[in-house]
Amino acid sequence: MNITFRNETFRDDYTFRNSPGAIRRFPFPFHEDKYMYSVNMEPHVPAGPDGHAYNKPIDVDEHYLAEMDDRAKVLKEDPLRYQALPHMMAAQWDTLELLMEAQAAGYPGHFTLEKNGDQWRWINRPMGIDQAFTFGDASTLPMEPLEFITRQAQGDFVIVDQRDGQLWCDAGMVTTQADWSLDFDIGMNFHEWHGPVPLAHEIGVFDRALKFLLNLQQGKPVRRLNWTMTINPRLDTSPENYHKWGPDRATVTPENVGDKVHLRCELQSLWRLPRSNAILFVIRCYLIKMEELVTVPKWARRFHRVLRGLPPELVDYKGLTRYRPTTVEWLSKFDDGLPTSPGIYPE
Amino acid sequence: MTINTEMKVRVTEIRQVADKVKRFRFERAGGGPMPVFSGGAHVIVSMRDGKALRRNPYSLMSSPEDTKGYEISVLRVENSRGGSAFLHEKLKEGDELVLSQPVNLFPFDQRGKKHIMMAGGIGITPFIAMMEQMERGGKAFELYYAVRTRSHGAYWKELQQRYGAHRVKIYCDAEKLFIPVGKILANQPLGTHLYVCGPAGMINGVLGKASELGWPRQNLHAEEFLAPPPGKAFQVRLAKSNRAIDVAPHQSILEALEANGVDAPYLCRGGACGQCETGVVSCDGGLEHNDHFLEPDEKASGKKIMICVSRITGNAVTLDL
Ligand SMILES: Cc1cc2nc3c(=O)[nH]c(=O)nc-3n(C[C@H](O)[C@H](O)[C@H](O)COP(=O)(O)OP(=O)(O)OC[C@H]3O[C@@H](n4cnc5c(N)ncnc54)[C@H](O)[C@@H]3O)c2cc1C
Ligand code: FES
Repeated sequence: MNITFRNETFRDDYTFRNSPGAIRRFPFPFHEDKYMYSVNMEPHVPAGPDGHAYNKPIDVDEHYLAEMDDRAKVLKEDPLRYQALPHMMAAQWDTLELLMEAQAAGYPGHFTLEKNGDQWRWINRPMGIDQAFTFGDASTLPMEPLEFITRQAQGDFVIVDQRDGQLWCDAGMVTTQADWSLDFDIGMNFHEWHGPVPLAHEIGVFDRALKFLLNLQQGKPVRRLNWTMTINPRLDTSPENYHKWGPDRATVTPENVGDKVHLRCELQSLWRLPRSNAILFVIRCYLIKMEELVTVPKWARRFHRVLRGLPPELVDYKGLTRYRPTTVEWLSKFDDGLPTSPGIYPE
Repeated sequence: MTINTEMKVRVTEIRQVADKVKRFRFERAGGGPMPVFSGGAHVIVSMRDGKALRRNPYSLMSSPEDTKGYEISVLRVENSRGGSAFLHEKLKEGDELVLSQPVNLFPFDQRGKKHIMMAGGIGITPFIAMMEQMERGGKAFELYYAVRTRSHGAYWKELQQRYGAHRVKIYCDAEKLFIPVGKILANQPLGTHLYVCGPAGMINGVLGKASELGWPRQNLHAEEFLAPPPGKAFQVRLAKSNRAIDVAPHQSILEALEANGVDAPYLCRGGACGQCETGVVSCDGGLEHNDHFLEPDEKASGKKIMICVSRITGNAVTLDL
């Protein structure tokens, strides 16, 4: 079935909305009424009720065109949001193949990939792209393979190289990040990259996560969900642009919570790449307004409880301090105290 | 994209390529492509040999871009407990086997300005796939390949023909020719990486020489085809599941667990990847660490064991399983 793509914005007039269908497919990150930081991963296998964001390994949804348009705008202002160190060329081709194959297999009405030896043809109907090229020969594409394909795929993409028992962040397309920056991170290793998360180091979660990732297997991608909150449906909340979005945090009032405050969920999937032996991190961002979220009664109750009980260090770290009380107060109207069912899916 | 990661394959070709070395080609039993892999990767081959299930790692030596099939080359070892003997003497074209997804614990460094490979005997296998990938990527490389006799050495003629005698150099024990390690390592441009695959003695010798000459550790890479060494029989007690399992002299702990229906995680079965690391609750003798994964202080602590290759000297060990 083909997707009807929305015409909307993630800046200026902020016309982003979720259709009722998009609300129900939202990857809600809380499986119980409280939240604990963890890096627990699960196999990235198709899951969830029909239509859920977990159904396909690379998810395409109604926001595709608007997100690709927003990415193009970010890159125009700041081309360094795409970077790749020279030794990452094999990993670039790996990523191009993975994304083209997954999008073509998942959405044949929108994307087609034809392969004839190393002569490939890629058709992206929503974006009006029809590109013939030689796989492995970057001169046959209008730009580097990673940039080419990630201008046509939702989510941020970071490729880490594995060397000397460490992971090195050596290429990426990052335009929708929640408060971290590729420019700052390129060339860093796993520990440096994750440095700032409070509590996490103490419990050794990163050492365990690193060991797990070093042995990530080809053909066995894994996923985890992370979350934060964003005021206004802004995709690009990068440190470089803090002056543009930071002040929005002070604009939340009891009257506008439902429209302005968004739960921002990151579906991270990790893939071992075949030619380069590197690891691809796909960090896919989903936004949902509070007034959309409360249309699912289970999520309304649960999110109220999670936000109310969040440890102060995490409130600070996620930058929620200013508007959390107003949001908790607003959400309390939708929490009748009834128990919630286990799991993340709507009832 | 397949999530069911084990691959059922059919043997489509078996060829004797040198004394005691056979090459096996596998294609998917149900048709369809195999995943692309990176040079240096191995697969675990699961073989049903009568009642026994044998699982050995073998390096992939076909072209990494050949998705029609995978090839391995296997040396028939003396005193084989089963794996290489089964492959050489029992396996026939048309038979079916199960392969794991490729796992690479011996990748080449993509940043390398130049790559020097040193192979001893059957240790040539990962380099065949690596050279294929390096050639395609336009990388500078040289191979130094030591063989016992010219008839024992697999592939040296083909490799010399393909890449030229200036890049592929053969040294034959029987002709009293040995790789001049010191001379080669003394004169390399900055950013050169060194890879060694062969018997333990060769690996230690080459890496020792490289360190002596001031090569940075990050530029040195090695893979040993380590097999679980035999030893005394002993008992493994599982603390969590409250079971006791006997480990026979020719069995590894991992194999004994599997034979008793306990599935433990593994990737290499050769003491290199770290996946099978297991906590030791108590042991009535010494731990005999045979792996390349644990740091010396971890080995000394007596709290961890790599169950794919390590044993104990006492009668019983209790594991956190
Ligand atoms: C990452 C990796 C990649 C590998 N790639 C290859 C490859 O490409 N090609 C290849 O041929 N092999 C490769 N190997 C080795 C391979 O996995 C097997 O170990 C090998 O084939 C021997 O297996 P086996 O079951 O026949 O012998 P095993 O019985 O497991 O024998 C292992 C060794 O122990 C010795 N041994 C066994 N029993 C005794 C005894 N009673 N007393 C004394 N010594 C004994 C044998 O002589 C032999 O050398 C690789 C190993 C690893 C870890
Ligand atoms: S399975 Fe790899 S170290 Fe044991």
